Amino acid sequence: MQRYLVRRLLAVIPTLFFASVIVFLVIRILPGDAVDLMIKSSPFIENTEEMRRQIELDLGLDQPMHMQYVRWVSGIIFHGDLGTSLIRDTSVGAEIAERVPVTMTMGLLAVLFALVIAIPIGVYSAVRQDTLGDYVGRSFAILGLAVPSFWLGTMVVILPAIWWGWSPPTRLVPFVEEPLRYLSVFVIPAAILGASLAAVTMRMTRTMMLEVLRQDYIRTARAKGLEEWLVVTRHAMRNALIPVITLVGLFIPIVIGGTVILERIFVIPGVGQLLLLAVQDRDYPVITGIFLVVGVFVILVNLMVDLSYGLLDPKVRDQK
Amino acid sequence: MTSLLEVRNLKTYFHSDGSVVKAVDGVSFDVRAGETVAVVGESGSGKTVTALSVLRLIPDPPGEIISGEIRFAGRDLLSLSEAEVRKIRGNRIAMIFQEPMTSLNPSLTVGRQVGEPIEIHQRASRKNAWDKCIALLHKVRIPDPEQRANAYPYQFSGGMRQRAMIAMSLACEPELIIADEPTTALDVTVQAQVLHLLKELTRETGAALVIITHDLGVVARYADRVNVMYAGRIVETGQTSEIFNNPKHPYTVGLMNSLPRLDGDVRFALQPIEGHPPDLANLPSGCAFQPRCQYAVDRCLAKPPELSEVNPEHLAACWVDLNVTA
Ligand SMILES: Nc1ncnc2c1ncn2[C@@H]1O[C@H](COP(=O)(O)OP(=O)(O)OP(=O)(O)O)[C@@H](O)[C@H]1O
Ligand SMILES: [Mg+2]
Repeated sequence: MQRYLVRRLLAVIPTLFFASVIVFLVIRILPGDAVDLMIKSSPFIENTEEMRRQIELDLGLDQPMHMQYVRWVSGIIFHGDLGTSLIRDTSVGAEIAERVPVTMTMGLLAVLFALVIAIPIGVYSAVRQDTLGDYVGRSFAILGLAVPSFWLGTMVVILPAIWWGWSPPTRLVPFVEEPLRYLSVFVIPAAILGASLAAVTMRMTRTMMLEVLRQDYIRTARAKGLEEWLVVTRHAMRNALIPVITLVGLFIPIVIGGTVILERIFVIPGVGQLLLLAVQDRDYPVITGIFLVVGVFVILVNLMVDLSYGLLDPKVRDQK
Repeated sequence: MTSLLEVRNLKTYFHSDGSVVKAVDGVSFDVRAGETVAVVGESGSGKTVTALSVLRLIPDPPGEIISGEIRFAGRDLLSLSEAEVRKIRGNRIAMIFQEPMTSLNPSLTVGRQVGEPIEIHQRASRKNAWDKCIALLHKVRIPDPEQRANAYPYQFSGGMRQRAMIAMSLACEPELIIADEPTTALDVTVQAQVLHLLKELTRETGAALVIITHDLGVVARYADRVNVMYAGRIVETGQTSEIFNNPKHPYTVGLMNSLPRLDGDVRFALQPIEGHPPDLANLPSGCAFQPRCQYAVDRCLAKPPELSEVNPEHLAACWVDLNVTA
């Protein structure tokens, strides 16, 4: 297990490097120029060649690209500094840090919601394969996949407002003061986001369960005289859910994409909202900062998934 | 002498793509308390399906026990509720499976799995079951059982897994153990050890043993009586010595000729039966063996032969009298 762990951790380093290079380059390839925008949107800056050069010099944009990269990365590594917002002159790191808990809460709730709903339904569907219950479960899964969350989110905000003049809560109170009220803001968007994840999870769970239930060791378990629910929970689920866990790693990008939209619809001040603003303003440091944080997060979650996979599979766990 | 297990006219069919596979088609046999009975036959002759039918473990769908009677200790298993059958499985009838590599759960320790029948049938605590399991592992001569009980199946060799399976089958001291080709997947040297162990332990506990095999050598060494299966039916049955000395069905004779002999030239002695087993969804007319049989006459195509008495306790299903023909 220790060797496995070290190997996994070392593998993260090149991944991080490539992720940072891509994040850095992509934003510079996109059309549109922050300096243009700054000059145009500010009444205090004169639109002269001199002024433009001065701004570029201040921001280090006059340097060759690889020097810019080195400066950016060493700032992050040695000072934990993600840079300063071009528009608002605030620390990018602080801006992101302020919003991360909001987005994390939303994402975690969505994933939790998906797992809690999907695993029991998936297991049930497999055990009762081709019965009415299975068809109902599978229909819900297809529905969950087919309905886009931006549409569902919009409907949930608009329809109750039209019908009853009610709209979902959006005002965030500090978690430490009123945890339940804090969480209540997230319930609806997290459920919407979780629905599409639940659909995928349910189908995967069902497929894996069907696969496992055909195995010889399940027959052995039955031949021992085990009750069917014990066969399912003790002998089948344990093996079927190992691959389902890897799904959670794959979810993270979907969750992040989804929160950008849902934070917008439900007016929740998370990282997604910050990203939308930054893109509108061509605020490079903020965009790259968010991308980098998200990228690192995805890599870390996948690492954790890998490790938990190891914990569940005795073959991987025992590797010396 | 009454039998421990009486199977009468058992029919187990599988439905697949609109056709019906008659995997077991009218099988009858007895197992008496404490004896060892062999079921021999080529691959696909319905041996495993017969065994699974006895424990009512046929996957339904696609399988179905169409008719018949399976009397165990005086009760017809086919008329019991699922809950009542569960109390018999692993407790009074245990089964050892063909594939040691896949028949154990990869994510539970061997000890847990071996002790599980005790846990459920004797309502023992996990600790208690574990202790008994160590004793069982000791009995099947797994070295260092306290350590090995904590291991996972992948850490066991095929032979060790099959020993663990034997330990598991013995856990509740069943009256009947069905061993479905317990050694086919193992090395030849290990095969003999495992079979020997199985025979020794069943003798010790007084359990009856059904050995399913396609190896007549195993039959000769371990079985009191033999049932020869072909295409879902029993074509010959009798005392082992009687069957070996006086085989009456051409298929039995064919099986014996395909057995490597210690005397004489191996090249001439080994004569595998020509042709292939029939398609069970589309059986030939008359006797199922007739297309492969060198003695077949018109009557064999017209009507399937029933088992009839050759000697007391020796039955064969063949129209032809081999002694006259040969
Ligand atoms: N789950 C199933 N679905 C469909 N057909 C099946 C199923 N199980 C068995 N059969 C059919 O039943 C027939 C008998 O199979 P069985 O496993 O009993 O053979 P066997 O005598 O045990 O052979 P082997 O020596 O290879 O183990 C086969 O032809 C197979 O096609
Ligand atoms: Mg078989």
